[in-house]
Amino acid sequence: MRYAIPVVVLVAMLVLLGIGLKLDPREVPSPLIGKPAPAFELPLLGADPEAPKLSVASLTGRPVLVNFFASWCAGCRVEHPLLMELSKQGVEIVGIDYKDAPEDARAWLARHGNPYRQVALDRVGQAGLDWGVYGVPETYVLGADGRVLFKQIGPVTPQAWERDIRPLLAGAAR
Amino acid sequence: MKPRPIVALLLAAFVGIAAALTPMEGTLTPEQDARYRVLIHELRCLVCQNQTIADSNADLASDLRKQVHDRIAAGESDDDIRRYVTDRYGDFVLYKPPLTARTAALWIAPFLLALLGIGLVLRLLRRNRSAPAAATPVDAQRLRQLLDEKDP
Amino acid sequence: MIAELGHFALWLALAVGLAQAVVPTVGYARGNVRWMALAGSAAQAQFALVLVAYLCLSEAFRQNDFSLVYVAANSHSALPLVYRLSAVWGAHEGSLLLWMLMLAGWSFAVSIFNRRLPSEISSLVLATLGAVSVGFLLFMLLTSNPFERHFPIPLEGRDLNPLLQDPGLIIHPPMLYMGYVGFSVAFAFAIAALVTGRLDAAWARWARPWTTTAWLFLTMGITLGSWWAYNELGWGGWWFWDPVENASFMPWLVGTALIHSLAVTEKRGLLQSWTLLLSIIAFSLSLLGTFLVRSGVLVSVHAFATDPARGVFILAFLGAVVGGGLTLYAIRAPRLVRQGQMQLASREGLLLFNNVFLIAAAAAVLLGTLYPLAIDALGLGKISVGPPYFNAVFLPLMAPLAVLVGFAGTASWKRADFKVAFRPLRVLAVVALVAGIALPYLTQGRGSIAASAGAVLAVWVLATSVQEVWRRVRAKPTWIAGVRSVPRGAWGMTLAHFGLGVWTLGVAFASTFSVEKDVRLGPGQSADIGRYEFRFDGVTHVEGPNFKSDTGRVVVSFRGREIARLDPEKRLYPSQGSVMTEAAVDHNPLRDLYVAMGEPIDRGNVAGDWALRLYYKPMMRLVWFGGVLMFFGGILAASDRRYRLARRAESDIPVGAAAA
Repeated sequence: MRYAIPVVVLVAMLVLLGIGLKLDPREVPSPLIGKPAPAFELPLLGADPEAPKLSVASLTGRPVLVNFFASWCAGCRVEHPLLMELSKQGVEIVGIDYKDAPEDARAWLARHGNPYRQVALDRVGQAGLDWGVYGVPETYVLGADGRVLFKQIGPVTPQAWERDIRPLLAGAAR
Repeated sequence: MKPRPIVALLLAAFVGIAAALTPMEGTLTPEQDARYRVLIHELRCLVCQNQTIADSNADLASDLRKQVHDRIAAGESDDDIRRYVTDRYGDFVLYKPPLTARTAALWIAPFLLALLGIGLVLRLLRRNRSAPAAATPVDAQRLRQLLDEKDP
Repeated sequence: MIAELGHFALWLALAVGLAQAVVPTVGYARGNVRWMALAGSAAQAQFALVLVAYLCLSEAFRQNDFSLVYVAANSHSALPLVYRLSAVWGAHEGSLLLWMLMLAGWSFAVSIFNRRLPSEISSLVLATLGAVSVGFLLFMLLTSNPFERHFPIPLEGRDLNPLLQDPGLIIHPPMLYMGYVGFSVAFAFAIAALVTGRLDAAWARWARPWTTTAWLFLTMGITLGSWWAYNELGWGGWWFWDPVENASFMPWLVGTALIHSLAVTEKRGLLQSWTLLLSIIAFSLSLLGTFLVRSGVLVSVHAFATDPARGVFILAFLGAVVGGGLTLYAIRAPRLVRQGQMQLASREGLLLFNNVFLIAAAAAVLLGTLYPLAIDALGLGKISVGPPYFNAVFLPLMAPLAVLVGFAGTASWKRADFKVAFRPLRVLAVVALVAGIALPYLTQGRGSIAASAGAVLAVWVLATSVQEVWRRVRAKPTWIAGVRSVPRGAWGMTLAHFGLGVWTLGVAFASTFSVEKDVRLGPGQSADIGRYEFRFDGVTHVEGPNFKSDTGRVVVSFRGREIARLDPEKRLYPSQGSVMTEAAVDHNPLRDLYVAMGEPIDRGNVAGDWALRLYYKPMMRLVWFGGVLMFFGGILAASDRRYRLARRAESDIPVGAAAA
């Protein structure tokens, strides 16, 4: 019987590798899910430097999408039409412009449209670091209590919206 | 043109390593610098293929190096810094996974296997000692005969 | 036309491979000698066909035939000819063709050198190799055809990845593949033994040189790969425990165990079923490596472009080949086992422990490589397993091995009197302890437990292997007679063990005492590492054949005396828009000085300050030199005269005598 052990090990490994083929090794889930959104305080695009800044406190009370984007980011262009569409449907999206020059961001939004209720500037990327951003675009779904419900890594796709994000928003609003 | 199903070599992704190795020394004591070196060689760069933040020139890697540097300078311990990073990115960033329930097998199995192997070998040798000398060692005669055997 | 010829040759090779797999097997089942004899001719025909295909692809590269998808993606008209020819294996499809060429080459060699073997063995070995070749040819033809054309034809190619435009990369993959593929021969011998039930010392003697040859190529391939990464990747590292590196290292570890267990099987006729299992596992791990590198299940620094469809194919192929082999093993091996007498106090007793540690080490590498995948598959999240883990687990498992090596030569087969045998070793143990502990202080001026531990083991291995040869030579009346009396196999073993000692010393020192510095320097400024002063003299612009380079000049002085001028480069390859770091290294056996260029601090100002990375790495060369010594040790061992069956009439078969 012990001569059959290698075959058993092999079968187990084949199953494992077979499952592995379906997984994406590059996607890293966020440890922030279920936790309060990390604090930040960032100036708003278009506001004068003395104006009040955007902080986490102003994001509670209703479900919000927080979208990290940048004018230099190709994936952001991909998801942009969908964000425009969502904002038209009344979904509140807050943009955080990651490591970008304000004038570039302004030009980019003028050209492609602005789906954001507010746009905050994260010029050095500190907020991005605190939120665990590792490649824009990334989108966080915050519940009314300010907790992170979901993180979309890469562009928001229609499938991700339908399958993951919309049900969460609906649930959080209730 | 027919779309190519693949993107040449992924190698392209790490072209230009050591590009943005911004020097940051001077503010750390030699002991702190040693800790800095160890830590940046333990943390994984998330955007890269499979590199430490020490070896990558990605923006994020350089941001994280700066974090590690500044936090050491501010007097944080290595564990504080590891916690800072895992709170944001999860255990994925640690190249040395901490010993937890889910990594227990990873850390213990190799040594267990070695012990098991040693045990099996000792048992085999002991069993042999007690067994009668039944087996004939290969003798030259037999081997020569085997080697010289012609095709049937 | 040339591409079509090559493509056609591959299909023909597939047909021949099928015949090579099926006809001799049926012949064996029916006892038809002529059918069995077909295996050799088939192997030779297949080699010719694959060679034709390979030459066709090379010719397409030489002609810059960008109508081929593969050529257009991996070449450029400005690429130097030597790199155009090595670009054949620069990416997935062509490297598979190289792999296939090697497989056909090994089969060809088996068909030539093994003509004197009993025909049922040689034909079944070739049939197994034929079956393996069918899998690879199908893989290539169905999922990864290097001869695919496209339209419209691009005017220019996208160029070979600049990282691969390096002399190290010209020879590294062929060596590595020779090793990987070579284990298919050991596998085939195991299958033949299981089928025929012929599993004796003679079988081991036939299989052994093939296995050693595969092992020595793999050794060289890994060594070259490490050397290339060191020079070309610009981070000063020589081993990262990356999945791709592990993919080559696991078969090496198991192959090393196999070489040693084959020795026991040959000399003592024991451990047969274990040897068979190792033969199967070594090749399985080669295939697993192929899967890991080409399927994208793991993230690696130097993986091929990946495609899950290919992953599915290789996985199925892996399941068929290895599953078939192991099932056959499960059914047949119990009947082939022979009870033998084995003593702890004997060479074979010690070799058992060698196998335990090598296999445990290989298992640790396998576990660490696949663990993140397993955790992910079980839905437990994502973790990383990297160098700190592997170093922490691997090194403790290797240390006992280094201790064991010291006894290798001295303990005799069958039954040794440890007291007598190890008496001369006591002195060496003391020497190793003293020298090992002292070495870090003497050469580096400071101590370190890790370095001392490594050095003690290294000196022990070096001293005992020298002593082993010395003992044999001294036993003869004259020096020359003594040197001649040592068989090549023994020379090979000693040299390989010596190489292990050299390697250990290099690893212990390079990993403990390396100094790494990131500095910002303007022209004329300098930075120090210890007593070495690195003065940066600015950059000059250099035009290469297919790249532009900012070549820096760093002058290194030691205690005020100039010892080296280093020219690290920052290269831009416009065809791919990629930037490459070419490190510059000054080396001697005791230390490497390594400089890699970063970026200008002010991006636009090339004449201003630059970020540079400097390294001092003591005994770095020894790591690769150790690998080279093992390679030559393998060559000596594989060419031992007792393997040359042609001379068997006069051959001395000292087995029984030596054992007595």
